[in-house]
Amino acid sequence: MSGVRHLYVHLPFCARRCGYCDFVTSVGRESEHGRYVDALVAELALERDVLAPELETIFLGGGTPTFTQPDALARLLRALPPAEELTVEANPETMTPELAALLRDRGATRVSLGAQSFQPHLLQVLERRAQPDDVRRAFYRLRDANFDNVSLDLIYGIPGQSAADLERDLDHALALEPDHLSCYELEAKPGTRFTHTYGDELARQADALEGYFERVVERLTAAGYRWYETANFCRTGTRDFRARHNLAYWRGRDYLGLGTGAVSTLGDVRRRNLPGLARYVAALERGESPPRELEPLDAEVRARERVMLGLRLDEPLTVVGFERALDTAAVERLERLGLTTTAQGTLALTTRGRFLGGGVTAELLA
Amino acid sequence: MPLDRIRNFSIIAHIDHGKSTLADRILELTHAVSSREMRAQLLDSMDLERERGITIKAQAVRVLWRDHQLNLIDTPGHVDFTYEVSRSLQACEGALLVVDAAQGIEAQTLANAYLALENNLEIIPVVNKIDLPQADPDGAAAQLAELLGVDAADVLRISAKTGQGVEDVLDAVVARIPAPSGEPDASARALIFDSSYDQYRGVVAFVRVVDGAFATREPLRAMALGTRFEAQELGFFAPAMRAAPTLAAGEVGYVITGLKDVSELRVGDTITSEHRSASEALPGYKDVKPMVFAGLFPTDSDAYPELRDALEKLKLNDAALMYEPETSNALGFGFRCGFLGLLHMEIVRERLEREFDLDLLVTAPNVAYRVKEKNGDWIEVHNPAEFPAEVEDVEEPYVRASIILPKEHVGAIMELNNERRGRFDHLEYLSTERVHLTYELPLAEIVLDYYDQLKSRSRGYASFDYDLVGFRPGELVRVDVLVGGEPVDALSLIVHREFAYTRGKMLVDKLREEIPRQMFDVAIQAAIGSRVIARETVKARRKDVLAKCYGGDITRKRKLIEKQKAGKKRMKQVGAVEVPQEAFLAVLNLGDTKQ
Repeated sequence: MSGVRHLYVHLPFCARRCGYCDFVTSVGRESEHGRYVDALVAELALERDVLAPELETIFLGGGTPTFTQPDALARLLRALPPAEELTVEANPETMTPELAALLRDRGATRVSLGAQSFQPHLLQVLERRAQPDDVRRAFYRLRDANFDNVSLDLIYGIPGQSAADLERDLDHALALEPDHLSCYELEAKPGTRFTHTYGDELARQADALEGYFERVVERLTAAGYRWYETANFCRTGTRDFRARHNLAYWRGRDYLGLGTGAVSTLGDVRRRNLPGLARYVAALERGESPPRELEPLDAEVRARERVMLGLRLDEPLTVVGFERALDTAAVERLERLGLTTTAQGTLALTTRGRFLGGGVTAELLA
Repeated sequence: MPLDRIRNFSIIAHIDHGKSTLADRILELTHAVSSREMRAQLLDSMDLERERGITIKAQAVRVLWRDHQLNLIDTPGHVDFTYEVSRSLQACEGALLVVDAAQGIEAQTLANAYLALENNLEIIPVVNKIDLPQADPDGAAAQLAELLGVDAADVLRISAKTGQGVEDVLDAVVARIPAPSGEPDASARALIFDSSYDQYRGVVAFVRVVDGAFATREPLRAMALGTRFEAQELGFFAPAMRAAPTLAAGEVGYVITGLKDVSELRVGDTITSEHRSASEALPGYKDVKPMVFAGLFPTDSDAYPELRDALEKLKLNDAALMYEPETSNALGFGFRCGFLGLLHMEIVRERLEREFDLDLLVTAPNVAYRVKEKNGDWIEVHNPAEFPAEVEDVEEPYVRASIILPKEHVGAIMELNNERRGRFDHLEYLSTERVHLTYELPLAEIVLDYYDQLKSRSRGYASFDYDLVGFRPGELVRVDVLVGGEPVDALSLIVHREFAYTRGKMLVDKLREEIPRQMFDVAIQAAIGSRVIARETVKARRKDVLAKCYGGDITRKRKLIEKQKAGKKRMKQVGAVEVPQEAFLAVLNLGDTKQ
């Protein structure tokens, strides 16, 4: 495997863990940042042959990449190969003018800012450290550092979030005129501390929450944003503000993931670095690859994933080559129900179909 | 054994009045089994019987008492099996009628006593459980004496549990029950009063020899069906099977026929010898007709062949069970089964689930209906789905229900019977405290949880028995349930016109709760013909998406979708609507708890 043009780098550090989060994170280990980044650089060196000489996209995700010690972060950025798009995830409270400048100087082209909400009581439920003003301040600092592609993350369906709360969050977000927005419904994962605390409340709210997704799409498209992926929106105009790195996932491209817990999809295999900071660092300090689990991907699985991912986008999916993955009777049935449309070897979801994308996909798959 | 040294008898009793305990004590006392090998309630051989405390299959045990051969023929103890009791009684000359000293006469005591009288049996009244602190032996004895028109002094008083008085019972059997009448030298004739199937030895017939004698290896013939076979082994139960060279007039025992198909031998038929053939068969039994029907479907449609095999095997030992293939658009392939009653249905269902490890969906039970079609033809309908849309006339089976209960509950039970379209027939005081009520009720009203209602409204004190009295006209309609415009055949029901709306509304409400929201609105309707009587809507889902999906969790999201897909595959498709199996189950369970 070689010539992979998309790279994901995982920086797991956080000031503390938010109750709803289920990513691989690591809290309170500032002293370890340097060693971890060294390990990342070492893993990159081991995997260098997998990558094309020049990349299309790099994504630094976390954790909170911008919580990483600035020196270590700078060292990592220096070590990365050149890429057309380099996105860094950031938490508002970490975004100092210095950090913004550092990111810009070190080649970051895009920042994804985890705003989540603009209302103190909701931020508190989510256990976020930033206050609404921190979000705005961080946003302006990024603009001041000449970032012309800034994305905001919003979460809706938060316990206690009224319909009016949702409108206010959207108002605040739109007022900043971000280039891109990711809006996720809160997922209360079974077994998390969050679900333990708020599960019952969410269940009671379920009926009210049902319309929030529609409302988010309505508001953002009315404001001129393109609903280009189930949960993602971008400003329209002369420039394409879609997240190129994520588009690679949704289009079924190969990608390399570095860092603890990171996943790579390379041809007929998906591999996942096992979580656990210490053993990741230890392996690379010994000059070995980190411990991994491998999942073989046969053509059929990749075809199913192609359908599942492709239907998240607002562009028609070319089905030529994936016919086996589709249940033809279901395709017809869904078309009759006005949920999908087919034309010239492509399949697309209607607007209603996109709101029901999960169920539609489950039905479409053979 | 000469005829005058033989006594053939049964024990008949209301459930839990101690029939099985008395049988055990008799076996112990006559050394048929030692106390060491004594299992409590030895005659009830099936686990299920032991658990439910009832006897399903009749068996016959031979014991010796003071130079006499006593054949104890066991009888089933539940209303559904009246017909089997009647069969067993035909093989006897006498019966012990056992009554609990604390309870007195109950509904089945009456039913059994009448059966014994109809069969001209000598009845020995026995009051059992006199050792109980709350026992009232005098009261129970007085009731028995009154019922049978005998002197209270002739009523035996025993405790089968402690053994007190059981020797007197055996002496009374010898002294009071007549010896069998029969011609030892005539052509051999034996009545088949029951049969069973052994997978190695084939059909085993339980017989009462009336005339002549049979010998091992003798060529035999079943007179009504003409089936020829050889007596591979003759014998009796003591209580284990014990081979004997001959079975002679008056005796009770078994014949191993070697026949592999249970339909080749019919209970009630007469066996005779090919060499010395009798010219006339013994009076047989009337055919029993199932009156309660339900669809049985495997929850996993792949289990259909297993269900078919299991029913075949059950049928070998249960002549009353009927079944025929049924196809339902909602439940797939299954069988429409006919039962003697609700308990019979429950037993069959439990045996299928327990002995054959099948997961079953059972539709709400219904009765047999006689329907006069527009063209004037009468047909019998066993399945609501086959009930014609347009009918000239409908008749449904009625029963005469006999209920015995303490007087303070009479009001509540009369109210229950009125709700169930009952017609009051008769009320009689058995004592100052106890009342005998008779009602005529549609059988359909009894198959829907009547017994539970009776028990709960009488705080458990009412006892109940019934007899079919024939078909009567009824204002009956078929209510269909439609999901997304498609009729769900398994949920069709036949109800009295007056109850159609309430029942239809209940079904529709329940289904609305049970059917998950789909990607479109789903109408749920109850209709009589084309007239909709109740309607609800399951509103379409507004969203169903996986919030986010990036490189790190594609596998997990794919698995979620695949799981969702697998869930859809388990659903039953009604038109475009996916209905989980559990929805049908919930609605069918509703059928048990009317109102």
